[in-house]
Amino acid sequence: MYILEFEKPILALKSKIEELRMQQQTRGDEKLLKEINKLERQTKELEKTTYSTLNPWEKTLLARHPKRPYTLDFIEHCTTEFTQLHGDRNFRDDPAIIGGLCRIDGQPFMVVGHQKGRNTQDNVKRNFGMPHPEGYRKALRLMRMASRFKVPILSLIDTPGAYPGIGAEERGQSEAIAVSLREMAALETPIIAIVTGEGGSGGAIALGVANRVLMYEHSIYSVISPEGCAGILFGDGTRAQEAAQSLRYSAQDLLSFHLIDEIIPEPLGGAHVKPDEALDQLKRAALSHFNDLRGLTGPQLVEDRYQKFRKMGEFAEG
Amino acid sequence: MTSWLTKLAPKLLSTDAKKNIPAGVWIKCPECGETLYSKDLDKNLKVCLLCNYHFRLTAEERIEQLFDENSFVEMDRGLLPIDPLKFVDSKKYKDRIKQTMAKTKLNESITSGVGKIKEREVAAAIFNFRYMGGSMGSVAGEKITRVIELALKRRIPLIIVSASGGARMQEGAFSLMQMAKTSAALSRLAQEGIPYISLMTDPTTGGVSASFAMLGDINMAEPGALIGFAGARVIQQTIKQNLPQGFQRSEFLKEHGQLDLILERKDLRDKLTELFGMLLPT
Ligand SMILES: [Zn+2]
Repeated sequence: MYILEFEKPILALKSKIEELRMQQQTRGDEKLLKEINKLERQTKELEKTTYSTLNPWEKTLLARHPKRPYTLDFIEHCTTEFTQLHGDRNFRDDPAIIGGLCRIDGQPFMVVGHQKGRNTQDNVKRNFGMPHPEGYRKALRLMRMASRFKVPILSLIDTPGAYPGIGAEERGQSEAIAVSLREMAALETPIIAIVTGEGGSGGAIALGVANRVLMYEHSIYSVISPEGCAGILFGDGTRAQEAAQSLRYSAQDLLSFHLIDEIIPEPLGGAHVKPDEALDQLKRAALSHFNDLRGLTGPQLVEDRYQKFRKMGEFAEG
Repeated sequence: MTSWLTKLAPKLLSTDAKKNIPAGVWIKCPECGETLYSKDLDKNLKVCLLCNYHFRLTAEERIEQLFDENSFVEMDRGLLPIDPLKFVDSKKYKDRIKQTMAKTKLNESITSGVGKIKEREVAAAIFNFRYMGGSMGSVAGEKITRVIELALKRRIPLIIVSASGGARMQEGAFSLMQMAKTSAALSRLAQEGIPYISLMTDPTTGGVSASFAMLGDINMAEPGALIGFAGARVIQQTIKQNLPQGFQRSEFLKEHGQLDLILERKDLRDKLTELFGMLLPT
């Protein structure tokens, strides 16, 4: 079990309710019913306040929750006829990024996304969702193909970051990300990117040059991890909680900065509590934005994407 | 001059000239430890006369070395950083900006504009590493994007000289988005057939190497420059192994196919003239 500190009082109330309900069922006590109702109201209130007032560090923990829906969960729950497409044609197939053709509500889509593992064994294979250059090159290969056939692209972002390793550097991690940024900008098909959990720096934005960028309610999107930031600022990676305060990387922050287009609401308690419900919300939001982009031609989509990112940046001009 | 003489010259100089020259004009080479007379060093384009170590240049020095005399016209000098996150660490970002400006006499980490290289007009963006580690925030991203758009409009070639630790964390996601903004602008340049040469100097890492710096039609670097995506410390902590000799240096990158060429500073003007001449005949 993976229980976060702020989930504990809520879980305690819920198990108390469960206990009373058992008693009530065996004894048929009317008074207990009242008590249960009262506790349920209290729990709901506590949940509402807890999840609307999470501090940046608590948000971070929720965004990294290992039970959150991942790309494969989305594919399983929301798509039909999925064909996974493997490999960058140069070096290998990187399991930290997956992609393929599928249908969503009958319409063809190319889905690409980071893929984390849920247990140790799985995470060894998925490298904790940290791609190597060949992962980005695979994603770009699939996105270019989608553009050739005018198939819209859905990109799901959830990574601690691009992998920092010797092989990754030797094979051009920087170049792979940079080329992805430049080429995504030029694709003549609608692209929607959704940050579902952790939007970790360059490794995240490499899949994020989209016409619309959405974020789940409890996701984060940051220029640097709070641990990395603390390491640089304080020479101490364990002071990540302080760095999290300064970096302003929650979905709510990014929306207030006009850097994303919409926040996708999560079930109370977070996407991991009711993943299917969360995925339905994500699908609804994505389809409604794809619908908005339907009338645009290839060059118009490129122009729309250019202008979207062109506006980003806050400075004074004297 | 033969190379042994070039190499010997500062050593000869150093012994008898040291006594008469005030402190501060002697510079120690961080690579070989040799003490160099700063005038000799300047004359040699700030390259160590003994070991060929390429000292870091300010944008001002780079402009002076690279462009025809007095030909460079700076643009967008008035773009100034603000503090959209109200970022606080050991000090407020606002105060950090003020102190950096006072110390460096620079407005930001990028100097951009148009100058002439052997009479050819070239658009340029040049990093100032001493301005907050050459980090890229909104201003740097905007200046680079504008100079790319200018190159596009006037159909003149572009050079970006990088020296940067990466995206500026004090501007959070705004800095991150500059990677996409600048790269998207380069996509237009590429489609229009305007050549872009990226020169990576020590150091070029993080969000700068992972965006425009690696997107040159030709990617070149100065000898011995540190170039990479992740910092060596982070890599070492992650993989818990020793890093190979020369890891993330220009020579390492070239060997692994990540660079077109490594170029000595003295050859830069000639090489750019040759390459731009072939890619964009007038
Ligand atoms: Zn030296």
